[in-house]
Amino acid sequence: MSYLEFLSTYGELLAGGTLMTLAQFVLAALVAVAAAIVSGLMRLAPFKLVRGIATVYIELFRGTSLLVQLYWVFFALPLFGVSLHKFAAGFLTVGLCFGAYGAELVRGAVVSVPKGQWEAALALNMSPARRMWRIILPQALVIMLPPWGNLMVEILKGTALVALISVTDLMFEARQINSATYLSAQAFGTALIVYYIFARFMVTPMMRWLERIMARRIGRA
Amino acid sequence: MLQWKWDFAFSILPRLIEATGKTVLAAGGGFAVALVLGLVLALAQRTRFRPLTMVTRELVEFVRSTPLLLQVFFVYYVGPQIGLLLSPWTAGLIAIGLHYAAYLSEVYRGGIESVPKGQWEAAKAINLSAPKTYRRIILPQALPPALAGVGNYLVGILKDTPMLSVIGVAELMHTANAIGAENYRYLEPFTIVGLIFLALSLPTAWLFRRFDTVVRRKLGLIK
Amino acid sequence: MTNDMSQYPLRLEGEDAPMIRFQDVTKRYDDLTVLDRLNLDVAAGEMVTIIGPSGSGKTTVLRVLMTLERIDGGVIYVDGEPLTHMEKDGRLVQANAAHLRRMRGKIGMCFQHFNLFPHMTALGNCMEGPVQVLGLSKKEAEERALELLDMVGMAEKRDEHPSRLSGGQQQRVAIARALAMRPTVMLFDEVTSALDPEVISEVTNVIRALSEQHQLTMLMVTHQMGFAKEISDRVVFFFDGSIEEQGTPDKLFDCPEKERTQQFLSAVLEAT
Repeated sequence: MSYLEFLSTYGELLAGGTLMTLAQFVLAALVAVAAAIVSGLMRLAPFKLVRGIATVYIELFRGTSLLVQLYWVFFALPLFGVSLHKFAAGFLTVGLCFGAYGAELVRGAVVSVPKGQWEAALALNMSPARRMWRIILPQALVIMLPPWGNLMVEILKGTALVALISVTDLMFEARQINSATYLSAQAFGTALIVYYIFARFMVTPMMRWLERIMARRIGRA
Repeated sequence: MLQWKWDFAFSILPRLIEATGKTVLAAGGGFAVALVLGLVLALAQRTRFRPLTMVTRELVEFVRSTPLLLQVFFVYYVGPQIGLLLSPWTAGLIAIGLHYAAYLSEVYRGGIESVPKGQWEAAKAINLSAPKTYRRIILPQALPPALAGVGNYLVGILKDTPMLSVIGVAELMHTANAIGAENYRYLEPFTIVGLIFLALSLPTAWLFRRFDTVVRRKLGLIK
Repeated sequence: MTNDMSQYPLRLEGEDAPMIRFQDVTKRYDDLTVLDRLNLDVAAGEMVTIIGPSGSGKTTVLRVLMTLERIDGGVIYVDGEPLTHMEKDGRLVQANAAHLRRMRGKIGMCFQHFNLFPHMTALGNCMEGPVQVLGLSKKEAEERALELLDMVGMAEKRDEHPSRLSGGQQQRVAIARALAMRPTVMLFDEVTSALDPEVISEVTNVIRALSEQHQLTMLMVTHQMGFAKEISDRVVFFFDGSIEEQGTPDKLFDCPEKERTQQFLSAVLEAT
């Protein structure tokens, strides 16, 4: 079977899987960004309890494996009465896992905004919430975007694990084709290339573009 | 509803602890491969032989951009097709070692590039050969600052070892899965596995942070 | 703060009440005492310059006035009211956030490193406070900002981001930004120290123009002795956290009484 024949036979399956991977990625990325901002800012809160909750979330997700988390959410969580559909369990867990990593990026970026900016905002008598929202966060965003570019690729790669709870993504389809045909090189190789194209020619350029836009908005371009 | 069974949890503990040893072994083995291979990949990108530099660069990018899980499958299933019959362990260590080598090569490169240019010039001025310059002047200065990054990836590799369960490496996740399937109970094995990972990764991360501070202080980078 | 607050008045009243009063103000960083029971009055409309060696606590005076830092003892009054404290049940207690916010509205500050907001244009910087804090409409805020940018000679650069402005230009925008909040007290913290020598006069000219209007109460920390002598109503020499000597510029610069003042001035003059 030539590679072209392989593609014409299994292309549709792989394309379907690719779409599922894309959906999982976009949703997981949104969850991760939201979780990272909330918990990253919570880590800077003046109240010990708020900081503590964020720390527990971050350490819990960073200290264990994504795969363990996925299995736990999918197999063990239902015993607590929380049954998630595998699709939701997939992107939620991936998003929360990488959100914990993103939280450190948010915290680090906020802390690295020069102290003078806080002081100038205080001298203008801005409330703490306004200082954060209008002055600090826009600048922190520019600082944290480059590492977020790497994290986005990690999230994309992380979504491959949802195949193991039977979400029919690209990874899942490649594995199905492999077990049906033993065309391992073609099945896994094609999937590798698709992931590579996504990461290298879509996710990364998009993040670079965002970086440039934000840098221009801050007047540094 | 919540139905945690302590007696069941205790009864499976010995098996899980035994499997923990295998997880640590897999992480350690993969890390050893990554440490060495990463340095090779880093140095290959610094040679003057352009084709080698470019191919290595692309390889590193490719490995970093694609899922480890897929790489594990690829190595394990495609190996035999090209005449390499690999045991799950060997395939697993190759895949995870190569994956992290790509990351470590970036850490090494960062470290090497952070050594001031004057150090190269001084080495040249006393007529050191290139290998000697690397071994005696550059790497001793480049590696210690890279330590924190290396430590992060050791923790990372540990947490990624469960992916080797998919090709039959009998580490923690594999064992927990087996226990779950035998007893139709997943809560206890998966929860215990999570706790074991916390118990392994938190101290490791903390140790490396400490280690990093100590080394930096010794080098006079911080007070 | 454990010291007895009952010795301090709840308000300053009367015709001759100062705009700013430091009463027994102490500020410590761990073991280091940077302000040691400082007493200092500044009258309304007065321009007071603080000079002194580095580490003498002069910048701290401005920073505690702006409430960027807390004090460890004593009271500061601004415009008759306690700044660091507030009245509760007939006693002075630590100021809460609401009181600080209200009092802060009377004070504006310019910093050594400008601290302009890099993600906003010159105009945006000057409109931020009036719109977000004072609740002015965008139109009003823009009018006010443009007027002030024009006054500091920066109207043409209104749409530029700080990164495209020189240090002198940034500092002029920063002055406009502070003035846009209509403060009664203006603090200038070494505003020319980070500037190249050739642009210093851009900034000092603006401050000179402000001082000639005699509407603002101004407190300035500077290393530029010539400028201090020229525009100040009074010069205060700080040494080791307290006032060593003060007086009119002519008196302090031309015939200082204390030996430390003489030493400091001769050292500074030698360096320039």
